[in-house]
Amino acid sequence: MLEIENLHAAVDQKPILKGLNLSVKPGEIHAIMGPNGSGKSTLANVLAGDENYDVTQGNVMYQGMSLLEMAPEIRAREGLFLAFQYPVEMPGVNNMVLLKAALNAKLKHQGKEEIDAADFLKLIKSRLEIVEMDRKLLNRSVNEGFSGGEKKRNEILQMAVLEPQLAILDETDSGLDIDALQTVSRGINQLKSPSRSIVLVTHYQRILDYVSPDFVHILINGQIAMSGDRELALEVEKRGYGWLEFQN
Amino acid sequence: MGLSQEELVDVISQEYQHGFVTDIESDALPPGLSEDVIRQISKIKGEPEFLLEWRLEAYRHWLTLTEPKWSTINHHTIDYQDITYYSAPRAPENQPTSLDEIDPRLLETYEKLGIPIDEQKALSGIAVDAVFDSVSVATTFKDKLNEYGIIFCSFSEAVKNHPDLIKKYLGSVVPPRDNFFASLNSAVFSDGSFVYVPKGVHCPMELSSYFRINAAKSGQFERTLIIAEEGSKVSYLEGCTAPMRDENQLHAAVVELIAHKDAQIKYSTIQNWYPGDKEGKGGIYNFVTKRGICKGDNAKISWTQVETGSAVTWKYPSVILKGDNSVGEFYSVALTGNYQQADTGTKMIHIGKNSRSTIISKGISAGHGQNAYRGLVRVAPGAENARNYSQCDSLLIGDQCGAHTFPYLEVRNPTAKVEHEASTSKIGESQLFFCKQRGLSEEDAVSLIVNGFCKEVFKELPMEFAVEARKLLSISLEDSVG
Repeated sequence: MLEIENLHAAVDQKPILKGLNLSVKPGEIHAIMGPNGSGKSTLANVLAGDENYDVTQGNVMYQGMSLLEMAPEIRAREGLFLAFQYPVEMPGVNNMVLLKAALNAKLKHQGKEEIDAADFLKLIKSRLEIVEMDRKLLNRSVNEGFSGGEKKRNEILQMAVLEPQLAILDETDSGLDIDALQTVSRGINQLKSPSRSIVLVTHYQRILDYVSPDFVHILINGQIAMSGDRELALEVEKRGYGWLEFQN
Repeated sequence: MGLSQEELVDVISQEYQHGFVTDIESDALPPGLSEDVIRQISKIKGEPEFLLEWRLEAYRHWLTLTEPKWSTINHHTIDYQDITYYSAPRAPENQPTSLDEIDPRLLETYEKLGIPIDEQKALSGIAVDAVFDSVSVATTFKDKLNEYGIIFCSFSEAVKNHPDLIKKYLGSVVPPRDNFFASLNSAVFSDGSFVYVPKGVHCPMELSSYFRINAAKSGQFERTLIIAEEGSKVSYLEGCTAPMRDENQLHAAVVELIAHKDAQIKYSTIQNWYPGDKEGKGGIYNFVTKRGICKGDNAKISWTQVETGSAVTWKYPSVILKGDNSVGEFYSVALTGNYQQADTGTKMIHIGKNSRSTIISKGISAGHGQNAYRGLVRVAPGAENARNYSQCDSLLIGDQCGAHTFPYLEVRNPTAKVEHEASTSKIGESQLFFCKQRGLSEEDAVSLIVNGFCKEVFKELPMEFAVEARKLLSISLEDSVG
C-alpha cells in the first residue's frame, strides 16, 4: 500500500523529516506517536501533498505509483484521505454540496457514473449513523460554527463517504472528550477492512484503547526511533518520550 | 440546489460564450449626435410631439454637462460623436405582427444565447422581451398576460398604445436632468421594456428582458419603466450580452420603478456584457441609472444584481422609500477579473416612517480587477424609526486586484438605526488545500468557495437564474487562480 523510503522534508528550509522509513500493508493500522515537533503532522501533510512542505529527498510509493509526483487532488481521487488536525471552516459552502462534489470527483476519476441525488442521500444517511452526527450539521456550512468534536466527526464522516484506501488521521483524537473520542473511534473501527490501511497520528496513547493498532512507531526528531506493537505505546505512556530520546 | 462538478468543469473551460456576431443587415443612423439625430430617432419611432420635446430638452441639458469623475473608474475617453445612436435589424416592409414573422436569424441568435422567444419552447412561467441593438424584436406571452390586464411590451409600443401612462411616469423617478448618462439616455433612448401591473394583480409569471448589442460602434440606450399599482406584485429579470469586439461600446440605460401602496417589485439583473480580453482590450462601458420609488405605504422594491461582465460598470440601483413602512432591498454580486472595473452600490433614501432597507453587497476581485462598493443611506428628518442594515463583503483572489468600500451615511432623525458591516477576505490557502485533499480541482475549489461567498445574494434570484448566475461566475473565474 505505502512504502516510504528515506523521506526528508523541510518547512521554510528548516529540516523536519530526516530520513523516515515506513511500510504499510493493506488492512494494517499503524499508529505514529511522538513528542511535539517530532514531525508527525509534517509526515501527514507531505503524504497529502501540501505545498508548504518541501520534500528534499526520498521516495514514496503508493499502490505502485510514485506518490510525490502526483497532484494533491489526484492523490485524493486515488484513495488517499487526510483527516485534518485543524479542519478548516468554509463559510457558505454547504456540507452536503462539498461531500457530493468530492465523491463525484472520485467516481469520475474512476470512470464511473456520478451518484444520483437519491442514492447519495441514502449513502449519507447510513454514514451519519457511523459517526453519530447530528443530521442538521449536513445542511450547514462546512465546519462553520462547529464545536471541536463536531469538526472531527465531520472529518470522519467525509472519510466514511469517500471510502479511502489509505486514511491518514492527523491527531483526530486531540481535543475530544471521552464520549466524542469513543464515537470517533467507533467510526474508525467500522471502516476497518482488509483492503484499507489506516495511519493514526497521535500524541497520546488513549485512542489506542479504542482503536487497536497492528504497529506502533515512535517518531523522534524526524526519524522513527522505535517500532513495536500496542505494548510500546503503553511503555511510552509510562516512561515518557524522554526515555526514547535518551535511548537514541 | 447545485451545479454538478461536471457542469462546473464544463463551464470553467469556456471563455466568454456570447461573443459571436449575428450577420444581419441593419438600418442604422450614421455615427454622431445632434438635434437632428434625435429628431430622426423620434421620427423613425413615430413618436408624439411631447416625447420629441422631452428628448430635445434632455439633450440641451446634456450639452451643459460633463462626465462624472468621482468614481474609481478610469477609462478611455468616449467620443460621443463616434457612436451610432440607432441601429435596428432590417425588418420586412411591415413590422412582424407575430413571432412567426420574425427573421429566423434573430430567433437563432436568441436560441444560441439560450433565450427562448419561441413560446412553444419557452420555459413555462417566463415571458421575454428581446431587445436587439436599438429595438425590441419580440415579446412573448403577451396575450396570456393581457388576460390579467398586465401590459408587457416594448417601450416603443407603449409610447404608441399607452401614451398617457408614458407621459405620467416617464422621468418621474429618474428625471432627464438627473446625471450625465441619464440625460444622454433621455435624449437618445431607442427602446426597452414597459410593464404595467394593475391594482391587486399578482403577475403569474416572471417577466424578463434580454438585451443584446450586436452592431459594431453602436451604443445601447434602453429605457425600462415598471409600474406596479396598489397591491400588485411583479418579478422582473434582465440579462445582457454582447459580441467580443476590440473597441469599447457604450451602454447607458435608465430603469425606473414605481411601486404604489402595498405593491411589490422585484428586479433582478444578470449582467454579462463582454468584459474585454485578458489584456483589457475592448468590452462594454456600462453606465446605468436605476432607481425605484416606493410611492405608497407598505410598498417594497428589491434589486438583485449579478454583475460579471463589462469592462466598466458604473451603477447604483436605488430606492426612494417615500411611503410609510416601505421596504428597499439591494443584493449584489459584482465580479471583476482581468482588467475589469466596477464601481457599484446603491442609494437608500428614507423618507417614510418605519421605512426599512437592507443592503448586501459581495464584491469579488481577481486578476487585475478593481471592485468598489459605493453606497448612500440617507434618513430624512421625518423618517421616524427608519432602519437600515448594510453588509459589504469583499473577496480577493490573487494579489494584483483591489477592493474598495465607500459607505456614505446621512442620518437626520435621532430615532433611526443604521448598521454597517464590512469585511475583506482572501481565499485561504488552507481552504484550497482542504478541497484538493477531498479530490476537487483548484478551479472547482475556487468556484465552490466563491459560490459560498455569494450565497446570500443568489438565494434572492429566481431559481433558474440562480443556476445561470453560478455558471456565469465559474466561467468568469476561469484562470483567475494559480
